[in-house]
Amino acid sequence: MNFGVVLAGGIGSRMGNVDKPKQFLSIGDKPIIVHTVEKFVLCGEFEKIIVLTPEQWIGHTKDLLKKHLTDMDRVAVIQGGAVRNETIMNAIKYIEDEYGLDDDTIIVTHDAVRPFVTYRIIEDNIKAAEEYGACDTVIPATDTIVESLDNELISNIPDRSKLYQGQTPQSFKAKELKETYESLTDEEKEILTDAAKIYVIKGKKVHLVDGETFNIKVTYPYDLTVAETLLKGVN
Amino acid sequence: MLNAVYRLVEPRKFETEFTDIDLTDDKVIIRPTHLSICNADQRYYQGKRAPEVLKKKLPMALIHEGIGYVVHDPEGEFKEGEYVVMIPNTPVEKDDIIAENYLRSSKFRASGFDGFMQDNVAMGRDRIVRLPKNIKKEVAAFTEIASVSYHAISRFQRFSHERRNHIGVWGDGNLGFITALFIKYRMPDTKLSIFGIDNDKMSNFTFADATYHVDEIPEDLRVDHAFECIGNAASGVAINQIIDNYINPEGTISILGVSENPVPIDTRMVLEKGLRIFGSSRSGRKDFEEILDFYDKNPEVVNYLDYLVGEVIDVRDIRDFTKAFEADIHKAGGKTIMVWNK
Repeated sequence: MNFGVVLAGGIGSRMGNVDKPKQFLSIGDKPIIVHTVEKFVLCGEFEKIIVLTPEQWIGHTKDLLKKHLTDMDRVAVIQGGAVRNETIMNAIKYIEDEYGLDDDTIIVTHDAVRPFVTYRIIEDNIKAAEEYGACDTVIPATDTIVESLDNELISNIPDRSKLYQGQTPQSFKAKELKETYESLTDEEKEILTDAAKIYVIKGKKVHLVDGETFNIKVTYPYDLTVAETLLKGVN
Repeated sequence: MLNAVYRLVEPRKFETEFTDIDLTDDKVIIRPTHLSICNADQRYYQGKRAPEVLKKKLPMALIHEGIGYVVHDPEGEFKEGEYVVMIPNTPVEKDDIIAENYLRSSKFRASGFDGFMQDNVAMGRDRIVRLPKNIKKEVAAFTEIASVSYHAISRFQRFSHERRNHIGVWGDGNLGFITALFIKYRMPDTKLSIFGIDNDKMSNFTFADATYHVDEIPEDLRVDHAFECIGNAASGVAINQIIDNYINPEGTISILGVSENPVPIDTRMVLEKGLRIFGSSRSGRKDFEEILDFYDKNPEVVNYLDYLVGEVIDVRDIRDFTKAFEADIHKAGGKTIMVWNK
């Protein structure tokens, strides 16, 4: 069975001022999270789409999705964890409790704030996870990446042709992901930036899936302007 | 839902833009799988339409010939995964006399609004028809152009007198091939002759009774009716050749070739022979239903149409669009099919 896992973790808090999390801002006349969940709902291969959000936003997220989706049967909104990978583990626990977990259970994890993901990217993720066990969506790096270990001087300029920019979805065989994550030490868990790294630090293979330059993460106000520009007309 | 639409913004340049599909209305959402390039698409791609036309119509997603499978139907009439052919003509009113494809108010995909080069396409439920199970998808991809031929023959049967001993098809391209093939199967007792300029291409018309190079037609040859499947300035040459030399009195000439500019016609001889000339363009739902039924009952027709499948190009990247359109320009004949993995 395949499951969509939409990570709506950002709470948008900054120095005590709680902004509206980005996934609730609108592109066109719908909130970003609705656009994203719609993409997953449209993919018939998902048994369930699990949306994970901080506890205080669960009600709001449910209300928004109910308002805009015709069919909520395949959507569950549950509480996320303290960090990204704990959130994914919550999703896996939900699947385990509700459906059971086996070697072929696939999860396609995706940022709620990447609403421009395409049908093809999602399909490629499912196929790659089935075939290889784990995959990450990437595009070739366009900027030269400069490494500095001391924040003052360049320590290295890696060969750009071997560098990619990570996007989402990242997809996995859920049981294997869970077991690998649980095998990490606390120190190893601390250096994790995303789920693919769980595999990388254990020397396990993660397959690349082609992303799209427009599969942007709406993080800054500038991104929202770009997103509105991408949405041109209703021809 | 934000939906990626791959629009031609200027000749030879595609860009990704997004529209918002409302999943709560009655539309059926189709994921395209096989798209076929038509000469009309090429005229936009190569910038062969008049500058004012290009300015008015672009940016616009191209392609009006294609199939796909259902990914979402709010009514549940279509099952997820069911393959359908998409009908590009989109009427906005009903008329008991005038066919939907001739209503001036009707819109047409990749002409009046976005064609099928999209991540998903939102179609009115009367704008899709289920595909027969066993039909080859590369052939099904160009059902639209086939439906235009089918439609023109249906009209011919309404408009022409019943002496149909010998019919001539002028044109050895895709439209000529399809039209001739359908004439042979729909009117098997009629002698069918093909008139073209490329003997190599005409050698593929194995189902026809005879083929002639247009410069070497026997002087005493006569047809009762003729179909013009050429288009552009050459269509005028063909139509006048038919009128002046080879058609019997009170014959019917069916014009199918699209011409960018007006074509002069020898009206004196049209009058003298009492000819009927009628045009056909595009098609409607009824034609799609009938042709799919026709395919189902005549699987050998589909096998013949398989001859027309030319380059089949896997499209995963925006650069692949250009690859497919350029390959289509340089083809000797046949249809270029894009397998849609974008």
